[in-house]
Amino acid sequence: MAEKHASYYVPAQSPWPIVGAIGLGLIAFGAGHTVLDVSKQQEGYGSTVLSAGLVVIAVMLFGWFRDQINESMRGLYSDQLGNSYRQGMAWFIFSEVMFFAAFFGALFYARMVAVPWLGGASNNAMTNEVLWPTFDAIWPLVKTPGGTETQAMGWYGLPLINTAILVTSSFTCHFAHMGLEKGKRGQLKLFLGLTIILGAIFLYLQGAEYVHAYHELGLTLQSGVYGNTFYLLTGFHGMHVTLGTLMLIIMFLRILKGHFSADNHFAFQATSWYWHFVDAVWIALFVIVYVL
Amino acid sequence: MSTAVGDIHHDHHHHKPSGITRWLFTTNHKDIGSLYLWFSFLMFLTGGAMAMVIRAELFQPGLQLVEPHFFNQMTTVHGLIMVFGAVMPAFTGLANWMIPMMIGAPDMALPRMNNWSFWILPFAFAILLSSLFMPGGGPAFGWTFYAPLSTTYSPDSTALFVFSIHIMGISSIMGAINVIVTIMNMRAPGMNYMKMPLFVWTWFITAFLLIAVMPVLAGAVTMVLTDKYFGTSFFDAAGGGDPVMFQHIFWFFGHPEVYIMILPSFGIISAIIPAFTRKRLFGYSSMVYATASIAVLSFLVWAHHMFTTGMPVFAELFFMYCTMLIAVPTGVKVFNWVATMWRGAMTFETPMLFALAFVILFTIGGFSGLMLAITPVDFQYHDTYFVVAHFHYVLVTGAIFSIMAACYYWLPKWSGHMYDEVLARWHFWLSVISVNVLFFPMHFAGLAGMPRRIPDYSVQFADINQIVSIGGFAFGLTQLLFLYIVVKCVRKGKPAPAKPWEGAEGLEWTVPSPAPYHTFETPPKID
Repeated sequence: MAEKHASYYVPAQSPWPIVGAIGLGLIAFGAGHTVLDVSKQQEGYGSTVLSAGLVVIAVMLFGWFRDQINESMRGLYSDQLGNSYRQGMAWFIFSEVMFFAAFFGALFYARMVAVPWLGGASNNAMTNEVLWPTFDAIWPLVKTPGGTETQAMGWYGLPLINTAILVTSSFTCHFAHMGLEKGKRGQLKLFLGLTIILGAIFLYLQGAEYVHAYHELGLTLQSGVYGNTFYLLTGFHGMHVTLGTLMLIIMFLRILKGHFSADNHFAFQATSWYWHFVDAVWIALFVIVYVL
Repeated sequence: MSTAVGDIHHDHHHHKPSGITRWLFTTNHKDIGSLYLWFSFLMFLTGGAMAMVIRAELFQPGLQLVEPHFFNQMTTVHGLIMVFGAVMPAFTGLANWMIPMMIGAPDMALPRMNNWSFWILPFAFAILLSSLFMPGGGPAFGWTFYAPLSTTYSPDSTALFVFSIHIMGISSIMGAINVIVTIMNMRAPGMNYMKMPLFVWTWFITAFLLIAVMPVLAGAVTMVLTDKYFGTSFFDAAGGGDPVMFQHIFWFFGHPEVYIMILPSFGIISAIIPAFTRKRLFGYSSMVYATASIAVLSFLVWAHHMFTTGMPVFAELFFMYCTMLIAVPTGVKVFNWVATMWRGAMTFETPMLFALAFVILFTIGGFSGLMLAITPVDFQYHDTYFVVAHFHYVLVTGAIFSIMAACYYWLPKWSGHMYDEVLARWHFWLSVISVNVLFFPMHFAGLAGMPRRIPDYSVQFADINQIVSIGGFAFGLTQLLFLYIVVKCVRKGKPAPAKPWEGAEGLEWTVPSPAPYHTFETPPKID
């Protein structure tokens, strides 16, 4: 262990973190002003700043990862550093789980507490009587106390197909990983390519589902707490699938360049963990948001 | 290949970079620790200036100096800055400086990310402060940003508040990941978990809490954003949501958050008291288990902030008993500190003075917390100055005093110089007296019914508020003395030996003072 310690790679100075900080600052400032401009329907500099921030972050990611990849290819990284990366990624995924937990918690509370109480459950008979006496506490909440109406999204059809696609993609991702670990580059490329295609199909179908929901079901972001939880949960999940797909594509490009070996492929492993995490979130989503 | 690697190591480990890029591009845990600490002090003064505005307005009944809306912005931003800008970054700075040295690691596990997690903070606070100058003003809904104050009735600038909180959260999560991975992966051979200094242990658990709850805060602000700007109704009963749901989500973050702001203090105090009593810490393992119990319980008590929202009686009882249960592990800690001092050869240098004040005054804050935990009594205390007194005892005489203690204790190691002991004791005594003049009478104002977050009050509270304000101004001015002491110490203090405190223990005292730019590149051997 002492030897491993002695070779722990502490990088020299790097310009990328401060570039990233500027980028993130621009994104936050720009996003805040964009939201403001859109809500007031005014022309403003928000979106310009936001776009600039995104460009800076893209440059930062490119430069930072290029440095990392070069260091890794030059053999500067020890197993211990690999452990640091893996543990870091695992804790990052845990933080993502907690982010989704906030929205699942909101869904649980709205469905099990807020809506029944508005309907007079527990000791809230007067709440119902005084506020909205005609309100019917059912879930999915197709008619809000305020009177907004919508139709519920079924689980059969597109959501079920999407579930099959994402679960399959988890398997193909795993087969790709096995191919990498066994040194079978053909298997790796084939299954990784399949995973990317499945991810893209998922995203396309999710988009189609949103169009269907908006135009045929009247289910929008403004449709009360049912629509809110539906769109924020599936929307944030979709953003994670998008990010995961981009990561997979970058892995694919790196594999074409001959990167990674059976025992040195942290980036691939992290991407694969991320993909399985996104899949697990979807299964929870499918059961809790759609089926139940 | 391997020679090239060796050369690179050799090269950058012997030259300390200079100029502004040293700080902008740094990957050194000591530099980043200093950045965090200086930033947190700057934020402490900024948030403190806002507290001065609050106390000046409350010096007399009636409205004198500021508009009520501006007063609300001051209470809100004072809270946000002190929580996210002063206390949390100060602890992260201490973690950066001390954890690698305490466990015999060459640096933090992920040094570049470490730099990133610091440098996004100034941007987050610049954005937050910029919102104060926008039309309609900055956040004015209290640091807890309850809906519908933060949704229906909030100023236009709320979107900036939301995104600045996102950045602060990202910073905290990355900092916490770094701490946790450093502790799990970078300990020197022989440094078992149960040999780690308690500061490392308490930060280990704090980091876990941070990773678990900062994303929930991100979820809460996101829902506020969509409710305000995109027509969702998470916190609007007309759409099937519930404003009380906001409080559940917020306090699910918020209660672990208050332990995030005190657990590292416990670690600091557990280092300082043994050093100045020249005895080993009493009950090391019970301290570890107590810290872990507090962390677990912190997830089961959030609704004690919401007793008056009309929860079912079962929920009120559950949260009341769980909250009271926390007194047990906390009591274990206090008794252990007292038992450590029992028959010790005690001396009273400034770190020890702050540590002793911590034990006594934090315990007062703990007891008023216990009073607040009693549901029927809380109906009387809720949203009064009693609550303000309570959380300022645990945060100022708790968290902040422990940070002061830590600064005096480790300044010789950081700077290589001793601070001026006479001035430091002046700082301590002026602080400890003024802070009690400031916060102790607030208990009585609260018990007599003075509500918090209101710029005006009934005339019968005038005397108490004048005393409180005088204490506040005195405490605020005293902290400028702290700045002077630190600057004087860094610039021209007497040279410090490697181990300036006779009874101090730990790996950080085995390296010279000031600690070399890189320490433990070859790990020490721990028996």
